Amino acid sequence: MGLEIGLGHYLTVAAILFTLGVFGIFINRKNVIVILMSVELILLAVNLNLVAFSAHLNDLQGQVFALMILTVAAAEAAIGLAILVIFYRNRGTIAVEDVNMMKG
Amino acid sequence: MNSDVTDFASLAPAYPEVLMALGILVLLLLGVVINKERSALVSWLAVSLLAATGLLVMLQPADGVIFNGLFIADSFGRFMKVLVIGGAGLALILAMSNAEENGVHKYEYSVLALLATLGMMVMVSANDLMSLYVGLELQSLSLYVMAAIKRDDPRASEAGLKYFVLGALSSGLLLYGASLIYGFTGHTNLGEIVIAIANEGRSVGLIFGVVFLLAGVAFKISAVPFHMWTPDVYEGAPTPVTAFFAMAPKVAAMTLMIRLVMDTFAPITSDWQQIVIFLSIASMVLAAFAAIGQQSLKRLIAYSSIGHVGFALVGLSSGTQVGVEGVAIYMAIYVAMTVGLFACLLSFRTDTGYVETIDDLAGAAQTRPFVAAIMAILMFSLIGLPPLAGFFAKWHVFLAAIEANLYVLSVIGVLASAVSAFYYLRVVKVMFFDAPIKQFAAVPGELNIIMAASGFLVVTYYFTVGNPLASWAQTAAGSLF
Repeated sequence: MGLEIGLGHYLTVAAILFTLGVFGIFINRKNVIVILMSVELILLAVNLNLVAFSAHLNDLQGQVFALMILTVAAAEAAIGLAILVIFYRNRGTIAVEDVNMMKG
Repeated sequence: MNSDVTDFASLAPAYPEVLMALGILVLLLLGVVINKERSALVSWLAVSLLAATGLLVMLQPADGVIFNGLFIADSFGRFMKVLVIGGAGLALILAMSNAEENGVHKYEYSVLALLATLGMMVMVSANDLMSLYVGLELQSLSLYVMAAIKRDDPRASEAGLKYFVLGALSSGLLLYGASLIYGFTGHTNLGEIVIAIANEGRSVGLIFGVVFLLAGVAFKISAVPFHMWTPDVYEGAPTPVTAFFAMAPKVAAMTLMIRLVMDTFAPITSDWQQIVIFLSIASMVLAAFAAIGQQSLKRLIAYSSIGHVGFALVGLSSGTQVGVEGVAIYMAIYVAMTVGLFACLLSFRTDTGYVETIDDLAGAAQTRPFVAAIMAILMFSLIGLPPLAGFFAKWHVFLAAIEANLYVLSVIGVLASAVSAFYYLRVVKVMFFDAPIKQFAAVPGELNIIMAASGFLVVTYYFTVGNPLASWAQTAAGSLF
């Protein structure tokens, strides 16, 4: 007996993580850092998907893809934080509700 | 297909990208070494590098698939690469006058623009979900920094932040789609995916993947409902940076869209067609109405560009070779019009800075008749009045849609075009019939040349470039079928 953990479980966890990430970006009204964390959550959900599929299909390409995403995600986080620092210097705040100079 | 990368000659299809990458490294080093006051030298060298790369793309001897199927060089990619490189080079030239005031005088700006262009060239030539993603991110990461390059300007940093957050979200959507497509077809190579779809048919997982992937690309071309970053980023970023955003990245992302739907998802045409038609109608209609209330010139141009993406997608909706040809021509004319428009915008400069709102242009026809005349011509062309270039752009895409029996889409498109005439004509009215209130500074020489060239091409399109461009676009579109 015992619960067999299959592809479906991994995909479900990844889908939940992905949804949490997307909602974290849109519903979050507090802090831009939380948005950066949500972006990472989305990318990790994708990685989980890719690795699960890779194991399921017995094919290495998915894992190579996941490694690429990890690398790019690091660069993306660095650039995001750099822009955030500039924003903070100019405005003295990183609250989401203060990112509002332009609207139309 | 499996090329030996130790043999330099086997890299022939990627020579332009190799030249570009090496050139960027040299320019980066040069920028660090030489005196800070001479960053204009780096700008001109960057433009020369783009010109050399563009020439190499046009003369490119070898087509083919290399890097184990990651990279494809074909006529379609060549056409689009010339547009991307042309758009990027012209945007760099636009950035040269008053660079300091715009915050783009640092040599890093040119290097970042070149890196973004290299990313776009990889996007255009991507033949695998992995190379597609890496090219897209090279482009996007450079663009985020470019948006915020004026570091002491709160609006520019806000534009950079917004662009980054929404761009990262769109990359996430695109990747989630890519992971599903990989999972349900078992391949990341676009050529193998199309075979897998044709053999195994469509599954729900695959359709989910396609939707997410196309949503990610739709963000990059700023099609409604994924357009919300565009007006804010266009308004907040310095004008030369906005000019860069409005041209090359749109062409590159549109190329990606075309290659994905026409090539990879060809077996499920009826599925992606619904998505593209929805994006097209939503973009055309929303842009036409949302632009009416805008006071800021750059926001107006942002909505105008959203609308033009919608019109280009009309051609793509047809799913035919004529449609792809129409989109290719549309993007070429769009770049020609946009560069002229931004040259005009950068010419209207007062002692206190660049004009921001439409009302600031009051009476420009009396104080700056040449610039105002070119701007009026471009506005008429953007509306799509014959015999200007903008008319032929729309004619090609609507013709393709009608041939594919998409009558409702075409009618909505023409109506949206008529509504959009209102806000374009308002700019002309303010320039020609209102009393002047501002004194404008002298216009730099290179802007005059770009405006004259853009105006000339737009007016004489039918007699000069029209036929050669159409036949070239035909060859380009043919390589996808």
